[in-house]
Amino acid sequence: MHTARERVLWSIGILVVLLYALIPVVWITSLSLKTPDQVGDKKFFSGISFENYEVVFSDDTFIAALINSLGIAAIATLISIVLAAMAAYALSRLEFAGKAVILSGALAVAMFPPISVVGSLFDMWRAIGLYDTWPGLIIPYMTFTLPLAIYTLSAFFREIPWELEQAAQVDGATPFQAFRKIIVPLAAPGVFTASILVFIFAWNDFIFANTLTSTDAARTVPAALAFFTGASQFEQPIGAVSAAAVVVTVPIIIMVLIFQRRIVAGLTAGAVKG
Amino acid sequence: MEAAQAGATTAAPKKGTTDRHKAERKLAWMLCAPAVIAMLVVTGYPIGYAFYLSLQKFDLRFPDEKEFVGLSNYADVLSSSTWWSDVATTVIITVISVSIELVLGMIIALVMHRAIFGRGPVRAAILVPYGIVTVVAAFAWRYAFDPTSGFVPGLPLVPDDFAPLTDKPGSLLVIILAEVWKTTPFMALLLLAGLALVPDELHEAAKVDGASTRQRFFRITLPLMRPAILVALLFRTLDAFRIFDNIFIIQPGGAIGTESVSILGYNVLINRVNLGLGSAVSILIFLCVILIAIFFVKVLGTSTAQQRGEA
Repeated sequence: MHTARERVLWSIGILVVLLYALIPVVWITSLSLKTPDQVGDKKFFSGISFENYEVVFSDDTFIAALINSLGIAAIATLISIVLAAMAAYALSRLEFAGKAVILSGALAVAMFPPISVVGSLFDMWRAIGLYDTWPGLIIPYMTFTLPLAIYTLSAFFREIPWELEQAAQVDGATPFQAFRKIIVPLAAPGVFTASILVFIFAWNDFIFANTLTSTDAARTVPAALAFFTGASQFEQPIGAVSAAAVVVTVPIIIMVLIFQRRIVAGLTAGAVKG
Repeated sequence: MEAAQAGATTAAPKKGTTDRHKAERKLAWMLCAPAVIAMLVVTGYPIGYAFYLSLQKFDLRFPDEKEFVGLSNYADVLSSSTWWSDVATTVIITVISVSIELVLGMIIALVMHRAIFGRGPVRAAILVPYGIVTVVAAFAWRYAFDPTSGFVPGLPLVPDDFAPLTDKPGSLLVIILAEVWKTTPFMALLLLAGLALVPDELHEAAKVDGASTRQRFFRITLPLMRPAILVALLFRTLDAFRIFDNIFIIQPGGAIGTESVSILGYNVLINRVNLGLGSAVSILIFLCVILIAIFFVKVLGTSTAQQRGEA
């Protein structure tokens, strides 16, 4: 059906896209595997040494940052998914005035520039003791996690055949059974997808983490990376930064690759249908 | 159907439906309230407080000198050359990166749309930049162009002392490259979704009428994708205008004029702890974002109205 020429061209196209996407990842991985005297060799592959990984995993600051990142992103995801699921249920299933206002309000919040609130949060958090704490980051993360979750979940909930719930009740199920056995399994994939997207966003944040934390108590990985110094203050810890970067990248890439279909559906559903 | 059932029981229906409507509205608001309140608390209140701070002389190094100064912080910002050069830098980065992303994203979307085989690996590959932490990607690019350790100066045909990060145009190029690399996948996916909405029959009909591939792209695909393109542009323009992470990592210190407005806000607020002046910068950035959004919504509104008129 397709000519040999088309197949060759297409294969080249795939190769170009793969190179485009993977070069920086391969590069930082290769840096992380170099020994200090190989860092300056400007080569893509110069052998495999896990020295840099030993450095970052014996660094208390990095371990603390990893725990902070995981905990803060997970809690922010949980809270925003619960709040957004309630709102998305109402937005996709119930008839009420104000629906358009809430949806456009959420859109406005999604476009909000974080730098505009960094100064006031910095001042307020210092006054009430939230500066450099987990809640001090989890709360501002709601500015981008909530709108994203509301849009993605509403788009998914609109596709659920809600009549099944009534059908189950007609067949003798209690409302709770109908909800648990019918609606929860139907809604779960959407909720799961929204959770992944929200988690990636929270995990990625740099501006709040950079401005609202100052110590290992709440500093997340992106902020810790930016302020990472080597064994001596003057040594540029390229290898160690690269190793730390690889450690925080690998889990996300694995997650993205496993759930790629869902992520694509979630990303476009929220943007196009919303 | 419900109306027919209700009609059989006479009198009651009207009152019944309004009661049900009322109950439904109440439930809806109760379900939405927590999310709405949370969004107001995290944006509305701080932005209001930022506006209040922007009217004060308030430097955390001299907290006792706090006093109301009206709009003088705004006058200071708007009369400083730093603000205007940072606005120019931000606009340059935004316009160039969003334009490149639109073209690249469109090519990737068209390629994926017409995939012969291997659609899965391509989709997986373009999701990699999306998933990576921006700070990590920025480090990868900075190290790639580093004159002592980067692979780019080590490439054949590239001079060994190639060091784009030592001057402004070179740094801007690397920053734009990092921005484009990271966000083109998002653009491509939005455009791909838009592409799926263009009916194949139109292309078939145009083909029969003798239209070339090029004509079909510019006369059929592009006009029908206009709303999808505008939405993607709106999202990305506002996002690029807020650029912070890439610049912070790729050109730390920012002594050579690669500051964006967000970096300026950060420097004044956090490094110089001048909350009054910094809040004026914050509010001005907020106003810029609103202006950009209004512009796009106007264009978006007229385009959908036009389409409705034509249909």
